[in-house]
Amino acid sequence: MSAQTLSFAPDSQTTSGCLDAPVLRERGQREVFCGLTGIVWMHRKIQDAFFLIVGSRTCAHLMQSAAGVMIFAEPRFGTAIIDERDLAGLADANAELDRVVDRLLSRRPDIKLLFLVGSCPSEVIKLDLSRAAQRLSRQHMPAVRVLNYSGSGIETTFTQGEDACLASLVPELPPSTDPGVPQLLVVGALSDVVEDQFKRLFDELGLAPVAFLPPRKSSELPSVGESTRYLLAQPFLSDTGRALDQRGASHVPAAFPLGAEGTTLWLRAAADTFGISPALFEKVIAAPRARAERALENHRGALAGRRLFMFPDSQLEPPLARFLSREMGMSLIEVGTPYLNRQHLAEELALLPPGTRLSEGQDVDKQLDRCRADKPDLVLCGLGLANPLEAEGIATKWSIETVFTPIQGYEQAGDLAKIFARPLRRRQLLEV
Amino acid sequence: MQLTLWTYEGPPHVGAMRIATAMKGLHYVLHAPQGDTYADLLFTMIERRNHRPPVTYTTFQARDLGSDTAELFQNAVRDACNRFQPEAMLVGASCTAELIQDDPGGLARALNLPVPVVPLELPSYQKKENWGAAETLYQLVRTLLGPKAPAPGIARSPRAVSRKPRCNLLGPTALGFRHRDDVTELTRLLTSLGIEINLVAPLDARPSDLLRIPDADFNVVMYPEIASPVAQWLKRTFAQPMSTIVPIGVNATREFIAEVARLAGLDPATVKSVGDSRLPWYSRSIDSTYLTGKRVFVFGDATHAIAAARVAEEELGFKVVGLGTYSREMARDVRTAAQKYGVEPLISDDYLEVEERIVEAQPEIVLGTQMERHIAKRLGIPCAVISAPVHVQDFPARYSPQMGFEGANVLFDTFVHPLMMGLEEHLIGMFREDFEFHGDAAPSHLGHMTAQPDATAAQVSVADRSEGVTHASPPAVVSEIGWKPEAEAELKKIPFFVRGKARRNTEKFACDRGLDVITIETIYDAKAHFGK
Ligand code: SF4
Repeated sequence: MSAQTLSFAPDSQTTSGCLDAPVLRERGQREVFCGLTGIVWMHRKIQDAFFLIVGSRTCAHLMQSAAGVMIFAEPRFGTAIIDERDLAGLADANAELDRVVDRLLSRRPDIKLLFLVGSCPSEVIKLDLSRAAQRLSRQHMPAVRVLNYSGSGIETTFTQGEDACLASLVPELPPSTDPGVPQLLVVGALSDVVEDQFKRLFDELGLAPVAFLPPRKSSELPSVGESTRYLLAQPFLSDTGRALDQRGASHVPAAFPLGAEGTTLWLRAAADTFGISPALFEKVIAAPRARAERALENHRGALAGRRLFMFPDSQLEPPLARFLSREMGMSLIEVGTPYLNRQHLAEELALLPPGTRLSEGQDVDKQLDRCRADKPDLVLCGLGLANPLEAEGIATKWSIETVFTPIQGYEQAGDLAKIFARPLRRRQLLEV
Repeated sequence: MQLTLWTYEGPPHVGAMRIATAMKGLHYVLHAPQGDTYADLLFTMIERRNHRPPVTYTTFQARDLGSDTAELFQNAVRDACNRFQPEAMLVGASCTAELIQDDPGGLARALNLPVPVVPLELPSYQKKENWGAAETLYQLVRTLLGPKAPAPGIARSPRAVSRKPRCNLLGPTALGFRHRDDVTELTRLLTSLGIEINLVAPLDARPSDLLRIPDADFNVVMYPEIASPVAQWLKRTFAQPMSTIVPIGVNATREFIAEVARLAGLDPATVKSVGDSRLPWYSRSIDSTYLTGKRVFVFGDATHAIAAARVAEEELGFKVVGLGTYSREMARDVRTAAQKYGVEPLISDDYLEVEERIVEAQPEIVLGTQMERHIAKRLGIPCAVISAPVHVQDFPARYSPQMGFEGANVLFDTFVHPLMMGLEEHLIGMFREDFEFHGDAAPSHLGHMTAQPDATAAQVSVADRSEGVTHASPPAVVSEIGWKPEAEAELKKIPFFVRGKARRNTEKFACDRGLDVITIETIYDAKAHFGK
């Protein structure tokens, strides 16, 4: 399990950034959440959806532990816990699932979309949730649509749960009505405030109407077809991208909207696709970009020259590294990611400083050894590692915060920088 | 299949982690997928431990299934043993690995490691966290001490009079509710009685320390949920007696002192001299008069729920109106206790059912877990946390035991502070017509939150809230009886902290008399009837 190999991408003539950089691939112990965790933010985004995990007590416990303080908001997610009777075949697991769903839906008339979310146990016992979803959909349509995806830890890592969820929505999207007119679709969950900001900018650029996936309500599913140009708002949407390609949509390659530069590149990729004039583009973005740059100024002092080590967690690491090195002047020691999608990240990798140590997958003990040897000024890592590293005298930032906090777009650029600056400031402040 | 929103206990392997993390020199290899590593954060974030739990997860993936998960597991065990150099190892499976049946015990044995390896069989689809902790502690001690067991029937040699009596404190774990402080408090208490602490386990013990367990004259079972099975085995195998009283509350602490004195063979006359609690006097001080008959609903693990109910009723003069536990293993004890208070015991790990029962019981204070704290907050009822499942707040920086005399002081503060201070309540009664004290004013301790202390309002909020699974059946106490608007208005003039009771009493009074409309008259008739 601890085999660790260096593999090199095929040679290419141009060496720009880290596009063709070697990647340290590791297959050891991972210290990352499974895809179920995506439910924590997805259920808040799609307001009439319920996420029913078909899993074990472990899955239920993970959800409540990962949700942390959010545990006490009333949930639109739950777990159908498989018990011994289901395993022994005494109770037909499918009949049991139908019973749980019936009860849930009769109590929750506000639910219009139900996701059956597969887990490791449901997959290992080969409980066919796609058939269950079809069966239950037939039963409960039109009041409730039932879909399924897997958030299991044997298939998905953390943010891949969102990917699987969105991919399961793609076949449900209605076909575009006007195939001649190109339409922009922004893909990936963004907080409402960020989405509204982007919507205003796209309006001013003349790109309206722009659709978003996921929608806030399941009744507002965007249409898709050959005329769809999709722009990814998150770097972890491999399956969703593939599913959209199959519907005839085409991908607008872009860097991700993190920081002033990233946001500009992201918006420009959309503007260029739609033939928006550079003059209009500059006019629309000038003010918010200047605001973002001013906000970043405030944090550059704390971050510039500091050495950063990133443990793999959300797949947001490469774009975050690009932002922190190019806009905040941090130096990158290691950029870990659970999975490196070279296609979706091409623009990002090209912007990373040459020679950056990229790692994919994990062998946590070895990675900790490297981290200690490198003595970074700041570590981005999961919740399980943060306090132990702090206790060793290493400043940390929880990567989960970059997933739960609105960080995309111009108006949030300062907040994003602050997330990384705060632990360093705090260390200077404390006198105990 | 059971629909669960929130769980009181994690899976049994989390119980095993609580043992492994409590100890030093022990390492646990868990055959589990990557997502199960979330459990580390329970210890590093909630308990703020400064070390990673000593757990290696194999984090097998779908592509490993059916090919080399067994090899993956063996490599993980071998690597962990080399890297961490433990004195002993635990090996086992999480829920998913249990299904792929790799036999962690057999695989680990085949490696011929230089240290003892304890295979754990923790049925994930059947058992839960506390059971897992108890089983792990039992298996660990049994594996290490089993070979040293005396032949059956050999009596323990009595303690030499020149040697002080010695005991073990069994049960405190990582992630336990105030376990760290309880150990300190009991150590202080027992030492003052002239009893030495031979060993505390599992907290801060090493596997090699466990070999010294038989050196003690008896075992103190601090948390029966965790330490009972191992203490029973030690009693059977090493003829080592065990305590049965959990010293939470003044009375229980006094009984505990008598019990350990007997187990230690001490003269009962000498044990009277140890300290005492402020609780008895505080409870008798006139300021506490207002605590009389406060309706309290208690829910938690069995040990803490039983103890809290007893303290509330015997030592604070509350009235227990509900008692329950999620610890099925100890349901019998909770049933017995509930009988004492004349309430229907609630044995359930269904958060929604607990919520329903709280609404029905219309308590004035809830003593529960973090889950009940949330329920109570929504209902506008004061609440104190008395039991796991734990939250970061349950690891206070200050010394805050539950056991012993200092523990009783802590309990007095914990139970009483959420309620209004007596004088404050008295003043509100006097000035209730003044606008600051109008009927909808929230009690100050609930901060800026809008209270819904009126019991019926609480029911409505449970049934109508737009999120959360609402109850299929109407709440049991919704009345068919109508309130005249004037009567409703009159009810509003009654301070909120007695309004629920007034409404309840009036409705019961009307119901008993077959009235279908409640007037102002009815309210005062009921007041006269119940106000004895
Ligand atoms: S890794 Fe698998 S078993 Fe563990 S919580 Fe995630 S889905 Fe459930």
